[in-house]
Amino acid sequence: MKDLDVFVLVAVFQEMLGWLFWPLVILVVLGLVGFVGVIVRDRGIYARRFVIAELVGVAGGFFGIWLMLTITSSQLSDIGGPIDWVLMVVIWLAGAIGAAVVAYIGLAALDSTRRSPVAQRAPPLEAASRA
Amino acid sequence: MPSIAAVSRRGLMVSGISALGAAAFGLPRQAFSQVKTKARIVIAGAGAAGLAAAARLSDRLDGAQITLIDARKEHYYQPGFTLVAGGLKPAGYTISSTASHIPRGVTLIEETVAEFDPEGRKVKTSSGRSVEYDFLIVATGLHLDYAAIAGMDTSLIGSNGIGSVYAGPEFAAATWRELSRFADAGGVGLFGRPAIEMKCAGAPLKYTFIADDHLRRRGNRGRAELIYAANNNTLFGVPIVSEKVRMLFQDRGVKVVHDHVMTAIDPARRIATFRTPQGTRDIGYDFVNVIPPMRAPDAVRNSPLPWRDGPFAADGWLDVDRHTLRHRRYRNVFGVGDIAGVPKGKTAASVKWQVPVAVDHLVADIDGKVSTASYNGYTSCPLITRIGRAMLVEFDYDNNLVPSFPGVIAPLEELWVSWVMKEIALKPTYLAMLRGQA
Repeated sequence: MKDLDVFVLVAVFQEMLGWLFWPLVILVVLGLVGFVGVIVRDRGIYARRFVIAELVGVAGGFFGIWLMLTITSSQLSDIGGPIDWVLMVVIWLAGAIGAAVVAYIGLAALDSTRRSPVAQRAPPLEAASRA
Repeated sequence: MPSIAAVSRRGLMVSGISALGAAAFGLPRQAFSQVKTKARIVIAGAGAAGLAAAARLSDRLDGAQITLIDARKEHYYQPGFTLVAGGLKPAGYTISSTASHIPRGVTLIEETVAEFDPEGRKVKTSSGRSVEYDFLIVATGLHLDYAAIAGMDTSLIGSNGIGSVYAGPEFAAATWRELSRFADAGGVGLFGRPAIEMKCAGAPLKYTFIADDHLRRRGNRGRAELIYAANNNTLFGVPIVSEKVRMLFQDRGVKVVHDHVMTAIDPARRIATFRTPQGTRDIGYDFVNVIPPMRAPDAVRNSPLPWRDGPFAADGWLDVDRHTLRHRRYRNVFGVGDIAGVPKGKTAASVKWQVPVAVDHLVADIDGKVSTASYNGYTSCPLITRIGRAMLVEFDYDNNLVPSFPGVIAPLEELWVSWVMKEIALKPTYLAMLRGQA
């Protein structure tokens, strides 16, 4: 793999994910932009949303691991060396961060449509610390 | 070794990143400035090597007349055969249409090359059509010589305990049905390899490990005896890997017999006959993975192109320089993939590294330049040691281990990460290779 560059990686991921590749890339970018957008709009992070998003994230991490084991016909006992644990942690983090970001954006969207009194009462973390 | 790319690493990265946008619209990458030419290039064979060569040539040449000749309508992802025969993937996982991989601007003649005439610089197809060329790339693949084992025929695969991973997707699926039956019933499982050059010498070992794992998962390992009949006194061509496999076979309880070459099979009595230094020996089986001797196709064997002496002469492998893949007597002929008469590599990984080198030399010839690209024999084998673990073994002509991720992915360690690569990353890499992008 002496020519392992960005382009080869993109080509391989394109083949791996097929038509899903670019929609997924767009989804990731939109998710990050949306997350940053919500934080900027609210001028901080809402603690309640953040805690729920973190809990969803924990579940998302384990879902990621379950998904990876399923699609690769593997089981936890196949973990063999340190790099396997590293990969496992990376997969967990990817699942956790992805799920947490999606959950946070979703909660923000719900709050803004419902204009939840709880959300309105709870000030952003930064605002709270300033007060 | 100088990079095969005519641009610097940084240049490649910059062009790669700038090409990301282009790739979004399905445009071809152009890391090289195209060479204008009217050259006629014939590629005999539209397997992995032929298609990858066609893709790279059409990327690098402007105006060349590139013709692929192959009668096979279906393209097989052969590295997937072991997974099909291991019950992990359906037969369809390995099948696509040849036409879907033909690069734009490349002509496909759906016939077989029947005759090579390197003196006259032309080939004759099965219908008698003559196709002239300025450059020829021979990528015909090889012939599975089942007839060389007395009593053996592909029609036997999938019955009477006979399996054979190599013969094709449906045969691999039929092999799985027999292995699965064996994993339920137990008995003697017989594995091995032929004495001559073969494609993916790791596959027979992988399949032995997979059989062992299925037996264990079904609680029947105690009811089975697994025998690996090695053709010589090693288990793998690379000594350090051979020794590791010996240890793993010992750990799994696989009995090894050496210097056994299968010469005949009796399906009715379920007996395989081997040639050994002590004479012939019969071994009974309840499941056997038959691996036929592999040889160059007749059209190549009957042409002036094979080696005339040395270890690659008897089976008709193409007489090419091991570092440039250029024919040693006909300078406008190259040989890539399974047909190339070079040590070790008859794998998709070999193709991945051979094709860019051969193409670089061919393009340099057209451009009036000299290529310094060199192939060091790199090949790789994700050696499955059980379902869920593999060893990512990479090596070169000199039996050196050449790991892609030194210090990160240990080549002789059974790892999940290596299995994951085999399961989900290898086929996409292969498909990207067919498009000249990996």
